[in-house]
Amino acid sequence: MATATFRIWRGDAQGGRLQDYATEVSEGMVVLDAVHQIQATSANDLAVRWNCKAGKCGSCSAEVNGSPRLMCMTRLNQLDLSQPVTIEPMRAFPPIRDLVTDVSWNFKAKKSIKRFKPRPPDAADGTWRVAQVDVERVQEFRKCIECFLCQDVCHVLRDHQMFDDFIGPRHLVYAAALEMHPLDTEQRARDLKRAHGVGFCNITKCCTKVCPESITITDNAIIPLKERVIDQLYDPVAKLFRMFRS
Amino acid sequence: MDYQTHEHDVLVIGAGGAGLRAAIEASAAGVSVGLVCKSLLGKAHTVMAEGGIAAALANVDDRDNWKVHFADTMRGGQYVNNWRMAELHAKEAPDRVRELEAWGAVFDRTKDGRILQRNFGGHRYPRLAHVGDRTGLELIRTLQDHGIHQGIDVHMECTIIQLLKDGDRVVGAFGYERERGRFKLFKAKAVVLATGGIGRAYKITSNSWEYTGDGHTLAYDAGAELVDMEFVQFHPTGMIWPPSVQGILVTEAVRGEGGVLKNKEGRRFMFDEIPDNYRAQTADNEEEGWRYTQGDKAARRPPELLTRDHVSRCIVREIKAGRGSPHGGVFLDISWIKARVPNGADHIKKKLPSMYHQFKQLADIDITQEPMEVGPTTHYIMGGVRVDADTQMSTVPGLFAAGECAAGINGANRLGGNSLSDIIVFGKRAGEYAAQYAKTQAGANIDTRQADQAARRALEPFERSTSGEGPYQVQYALQDMMQDLVGIVRNENEMQRALVGLAPLRERANRVGVGGHREYNPGWHAALDLHNLLTVSEAITRSALERRESRGGHFRDDYPTKDARFGTINFVVRKGRDGQMEVFSVAIPEMPAELKQVIDEMQ
Repeated sequence: MATATFRIWRGDAQGGRLQDYATEVSEGMVVLDAVHQIQATSANDLAVRWNCKAGKCGSCSAEVNGSPRLMCMTRLNQLDLSQPVTIEPMRAFPPIRDLVTDVSWNFKAKKSIKRFKPRPPDAADGTWRVAQVDVERVQEFRKCIECFLCQDVCHVLRDHQMFDDFIGPRHLVYAAALEMHPLDTEQRARDLKRAHGVGFCNITKCCTKVCPESITITDNAIIPLKERVIDQLYDPVAKLFRMFRS
Repeated sequence: MDYQTHEHDVLVIGAGGAGLRAAIEASAAGVSVGLVCKSLLGKAHTVMAEGGIAAALANVDDRDNWKVHFADTMRGGQYVNNWRMAELHAKEAPDRVRELEAWGAVFDRTKDGRILQRNFGGHRYPRLAHVGDRTGLELIRTLQDHGIHQGIDVHMECTIIQLLKDGDRVVGAFGYERERGRFKLFKAKAVVLATGGIGRAYKITSNSWEYTGDGHTLAYDAGAELVDMEFVQFHPTGMIWPPSVQGILVTEAVRGEGGVLKNKEGRRFMFDEIPDNYRAQTADNEEEGWRYTQGDKAARRPPELLTRDHVSRCIVREIKAGRGSPHGGVFLDISWIKARVPNGADHIKKKLPSMYHQFKQLADIDITQEPMEVGPTTHYIMGGVRVDADTQMSTVPGLFAAGECAAGINGANRLGGNSLSDIIVFGKRAGEYAAQYAKTQAGANIDTRQADQAARRALEPFERSTSGEGPYQVQYALQDMMQDLVGIVRNENEMQRALVGLAPLRERANRVGVGGHREYNPGWHAALDLHNLLTVSEAITRSALERRESRGGHFRDDYPTKDARFGTINFVVRKGRDGQMEVFSVAIPEMPAELKQVIDEMQ
């Protein structure tokens, strides 16, 4: 059986370093399998988050050879095993230990988005009537598994650390899913502009490239939200109308 | 000992669908709620449920109603279900699904704009509300996004290792948080267990590392009764190749959409054996089966959509007879439907998007072009904490359970789609009644000695350090043994060997050592989970030994048929006064005349 070397970041908030582990590789293995094998044999305390191991829960996000990936969906046969495979934690978030980062900010950011507020039911039995074509746009956004790889790669968060001013692609997708929900009646444009900082996104589309669910984040979610903000807050006629009303 | 203390009226342990739904309900009832998640919020195994939520909405077939759903659930469970739970479940599931929509869930739609429903094994009519093949994600995300605005205190990446008692009553819980490894003590007036299953007791499983029978064991150790532990569901279609993906689930929706099972000779072997109690509802030719999957109300279901226990056994039969696929499974083919539907490949990708990606990415297989190789995988346990049907309270006051870690609704075999409905129906009930109970309770005494003792025990693996055996080796040995000796096909001799084998494994578990420190140390966590895995493994084995017949998920080749004498009893497991596990049978209460009549009508 072939052996490959995995260069894994070990450390915590105080710092750390890359450490090499050699392990046997077999057909079909993914990066997470290699990490588990190393954990079971030579490094019991190697910290890693994972759950479903099928690309559905979004727990095992990391940077494999520098690119943000789900470890459970990254096959070893896609990597050059003649070189050590580097596995590092997501760099946009504070490290906790080894491959585990502190993603708690994401849960707080999400809470700041106004919740779903449906229109009154369409039918007497309390149900709604919605056509399939009208839900498909939102269903794309609801595929999100909250792996936060888009947040990891977004330069506004990663390089500029603007966690107080910008909610990041994940939460803009979430806001888009609410805003474009056929039943929703809530207004979020003002929040999107101010608290959520939709304007900071300058459409480099890095988030779209790394999304394991292939959500077209920038084109389908963020740009329409930017348009909404402009329509609702910068339309001169509407502005005049608002002035008169107030 | 040093630990953080938290106080809640209701503490919910587990944050999958059942736990979230319980927390939402309890908090809506006006009590303070703490929600403990073993992982991050929203990552629980509920996300793996693919096919849908079973609820008799009758949106697609107006012949459906709660009675048919009830009768289907009882038939699937081979009539050893808690009939009251099956009744409540069938009656309340439609409201719970509609409620999800009101909270923002976006289901696939019918042509007239209502929630679309699909066919699934054992359900007479198209009954599963769904979102492609990622319904579980939709459910958990909807509950999560609703729940975060309810004022629930969420404790993420926290594992409970012991329940705390004041006399007979459960008054709190003790555990550790993963990040720093600190201990946490929770005071609570009521505790709801919603910890899911036990899949990690087996080698081949669709379950993640979390599913180590925590709730089952916490309840057992606190003196509660477990019931139906012999009934483990082996899902017929798990991935089998490459080895690293072995066990990952392949949704039943593949068969619901027209996928067929074939052996290496190309034969649709599911037609070879159709159980008597399903004969009248099952197609006897391929054409009729295909028409059923395409919504023809006059057609009967194809045999691929028989119950999971039966399909799993048929697959094992083919493999053992040497008619399996190259990697030791059978073939599941959805690509053939291209001959029947326009734009077949796109149709498949649209109906089964995550299956398409799963096989493409993990196995280099394009399911629109070639068959998948599949085999049974440990998926679900029907057994669990014995609860009151209406309130979900266990036999210990103040302790409630809901979802997979509770038992009763599924009897000997769970129908696909009934778990997502189970968790929202009984999650709600558990939350409601736990809140009600909490309101009647005054402060309790927390005996810190119980917590100190648990903390000391939890730290023992560090004292042995790496001089002890590693925890993973013990876990693997247990998984291998349970897979081989208490798996899909069981018998007295093998199970006795398993029982004997458990003792030395427990010895080894008591001697494991872990290196490093307490901060986010998976080796330590694995060491602490061993007690739970061993406890549920013993409960499964002992119960399975007692049930000297074959029924539902429990199949014995030394008693290969159903025996009416066992059709009126459940087996209960309890910790005896001497600390040893006791198993005894209890009679199933007689079903009221009106429910009997429902079952007779639906024959």
